[in-house]
Amino acid sequence: MMATMQLFAQDNGVEMADSLRSNGKIYVVVICIVIILVGLLGYLFSIDKRLKKIEKENQTDK
Amino acid sequence: MNKTWWKILGSVLVIYTAIAGLLLGVPHLAILNETIRNLYFHVPMWFAMIVLFSISVFYSVKSLSSKSEIDDIKAVESVNAGIVFGVLGLVTGAIWAKYTWGQFWSFDPKQNFAAISILLYFAYLILRNAIDEEQKRAKISAIYNVFAFPMMVVLLFVLPRLKDSLHPGNGGNPGFNSYDLDSRMRMVFYPACLGWILIGYWVYTIRFRIRNIENKQQHN
Repeated sequence: MMATMQLFAQDNGVEMADSLRSNGKIYVVVICIVIILVGLLGYLFSIDKRLKKIEKENQTDK
Repeated sequence: MNKTWWKILGSVLVIYTAIAGLLLGVPHLAILNETIRNLYFHVPMWFAMIVLFSISVFYSVKSLSSKSEIDDIKAVESVNAGIVFGVLGLVTGAIWAKYTWGQFWSFDPKQNFAAISILLYFAYLILRNAIDEEQKRAKISAIYNVFAFPMMVVLLFVLPRLKDSLHPGNGGNPGFNSYDLDSRMRMVFYPACLGWILIGYWVYTIRFRIRNIENKQQHN
């Protein structure tokens, strides 16, 4: 059995989250994700800095 | 490993792809709808894993000839970091599958083989745990890694293409590389891959540096 679908070059009738975009709520999603990412990446940076400190101490000890 | 520039680059790329990935335009495809944006997150997880496992097998092979403990530590810590990304890839894939294929797990060939690949590397860790003596542990796990890596490559990239699969790129479905991935998506997808590979590498270097210090303290 074959099913065929008509696809148009522009808006082809596939539902997208245009409502979230038009009422601006998509930015809430973006900002939340960015906050999470910045938080996690900042955590990585702070671990890295602590490690650098310990490594430097080890170097001077030797 | 102590340089900061590539860590900042990775962070910037990842944040960029999170913003652009949600806000820029994407092709309107049936069944996928907006979930096509998951491409920017699900796929880079796997690329990061592959890079990390490649680093691991490189240091495994190197440790067989150098017998250096540093090489062995690099091999195991890159596996530790790589497994995290592999598991994230499986989980994000399952969530994506729930909303596009109907279930979290369809026992689809790609899903099954990806899970088996991760299990192969869990087995690497368990094998290491079973051997007490350092030199022997390094040697035997390195040999195992040399088998596990090509098996993983075959399981992820060869076998799924030979079977019927729902996953893009396998079983006769057009991969996302063909006409589904347009240039708008490429602008986010490639930076995303690079960004997450850099972050994955960063996680590995942090693990390695911690292990290195612990190792030195142990030997003192």
